[in-house]
Amino acid sequence: MTDATTVAAAREPGSRAVRTRKLSKRYGRRATAALAVDGLDLEVPYGAVFGFLGPNGCGKTTTIRMLLGLIEASSGEAELLGVPMPGGARTALPRVGALVEGPAFHPYLSGVDNLRRLDAVDRSTDPATVDERIESALDRVGLRPAARKRFRAYSLGMKQRLAIAGALLRPRELLILDEPTNGLDPQGTREVRSLIAQLAADGVTIMLSTHLLSEVEQVCSHVGVMHKGRLVTQSPIEDLRATAVPRVRVETVAAEDAARVLTGAGLDDVVVAAGEVTALLGEHQPEKLVDALVGDGVPVRGFGVVRPDLEDLFVSLTGEGFDVSG
Amino acid sequence: MSAADTVSTVDGGADWAPRRRVGTRFLRSEMGLIARRRRNQAALAVLAAIPIIIAIVIAATRPAPGSGPPLFAAMLDNGLITVLAGLSIELGLFLPLAVSVLAGDAIAGEANTGTLRYLLTVPAGRVRLLAVKFGGVVVATFVTVGVVALTGGIMGIALFGTGDMVTLSGTTLPFGEALGRVALAVVYIVLCLVAVAAIGLFVSTLTEQPIGAAVAMLMFIILSQILGAFSDLDWLHPFLITNYWSAWGDLLRDPPAYDQMLLGLLSAGAWTAFGLSAAWARLTTKDITS
Repeated sequence: MTDATTVAAAREPGSRAVRTRKLSKRYGRRATAALAVDGLDLEVPYGAVFGFLGPNGCGKTTTIRMLLGLIEASSGEAELLGVPMPGGARTALPRVGALVEGPAFHPYLSGVDNLRRLDAVDRSTDPATVDERIESALDRVGLRPAARKRFRAYSLGMKQRLAIAGALLRPRELLILDEPTNGLDPQGTREVRSLIAQLAADGVTIMLSTHLLSEVEQVCSHVGVMHKGRLVTQSPIEDLRATAVPRVRVETVAAEDAARVLTGAGLDDVVVAAGEVTALLGEHQPEKLVDALVGDGVPVRGFGVVRPDLEDLFVSLTGEGFDVSG
Repeated sequence: MSAADTVSTVDGGADWAPRRRVGTRFLRSEMGLIARRRRNQAALAVLAAIPIIIAIVIAATRPAPGSGPPLFAAMLDNGLITVLAGLSIELGLFLPLAVSVLAGDAIAGEANTGTLRYLLTVPAGRVRLLAVKFGGVVVATFVTVGVVALTGGIMGIALFGTGDMVTLSGTTLPFGEALGRVALAVVYIVLCLVAVAAIGLFVSTLTEQPIGAAVAMLMFIILSQILGAFSDLDWLHPFLITNYWSAWGDLLRDPPAYDQMLLGLLSAGAWTAFGLSAAWARLTTKDITS
């Protein structure tokens, strides 16, 4: 993809594929209406697979709609590929493939005819190559066998695939995918994730909105978490993982004794629960802790070092379970 | 990435830059969408059947030669009469209904299926989208009126022949000139319906329910017709969208009177301009949440 490389070389250092500044959206005119999106400073670096996470109703889709110029921001700015939106829609959007809030096509047209329709609207594509491009896009999402079926007859997974094919009708620099694996079976989910990985390897920046943590853990290099209209955190996923501090967990019937030993060994945040004790590991050697426990006659049934997974981190960031609507 | 490679080869290095090409692909796609819809095909068939039915009824009930009023008998020497009868009957309800449904569907239909957001992220451009949608409905209106006239004409000529046409002034016109007058009437009726298309397009930007938009538009037209029937409200009549729709009848005078038709064109132009500006103002500032 020589074009993408050329574009990459021309990028200024520190430039971002997606950038927002104090982006806010208030639905309705009344000043008392709640902010759906509240002062968002989003930065998606070029080449990243950015996991845009948040519970349903937290403002992810509103943000995406503002980025794509579908709705107007109440205040703040948004840039796609360095171009201000919505003013630069005509320059920026042909380079951006988007899947917004689920697939939507004409029910009485076939998959191919629906893609043909989308391509006919695009001033930036060459009509002479439309058949090849449609075929290759359908190929990538594995929809060739159902290409001539009416959209009405598609399963949700097929509809989702067609929408992704629509985003791949021409080469893109940025893909904004809102819940791309929604409605797909496990096999389809795997295929879409590997497609995302392939596209990312080709140099396409991907902004992946999802409420599935496993999706983020498997494919994302960066992550941003939204909660109640605000961006709670955004960083490379490794940085976020590094903030996860390991804890020791001791299973025992003599929880009080174990707690005393751990406190004595200098561990912080010792928590006693029924049949187990946990504490921050800090710089301590787990082996020595086992020695100390056993040496003190604590009947240890199980011992482990637990590193909080992303789910625990997100719960700690958003203060609630992950699938709860905000 | 095979798609990228193909396109890069074809387009050279320019495929990232939006081209300033003014193409007709979008409009052709739009017309294809209208033409391929079963509902539209069925509606067109019904509309085309009406003048055929009229022609058959007139033929079946025509007085035997020698009996009945001579003027009426003379009128039936020219098959174009079924075109005019068909258009005049359909202009009361069927044609405005058809245009209302098409125009009401234009934006609201895309919003309803959710395709509006995908058109706009292509990006179609909101003004361009409006222009193409309007263009599609105008072409469809022209085709519809044309098909109604054509089927009426073919059926009428088959049944009544190509004799002279009797004008409202009592004179007769040769077939060729009568054909010209009928063609003018068709164009005039299309332009009146274009105003319906423009207002319907505006209504279509207000809702996500295409049927709702069509019904609202039809109610507006019927209300306009009702108000037009009250002679006490004659000060209001020139401002009603339907007021000049029957002015094409003046083409059947000899010589034809054009003053009412000119006012009618002015009225249609004003309604069209109003509808398109309102649709533009609405769609270019609307939050697309569908």
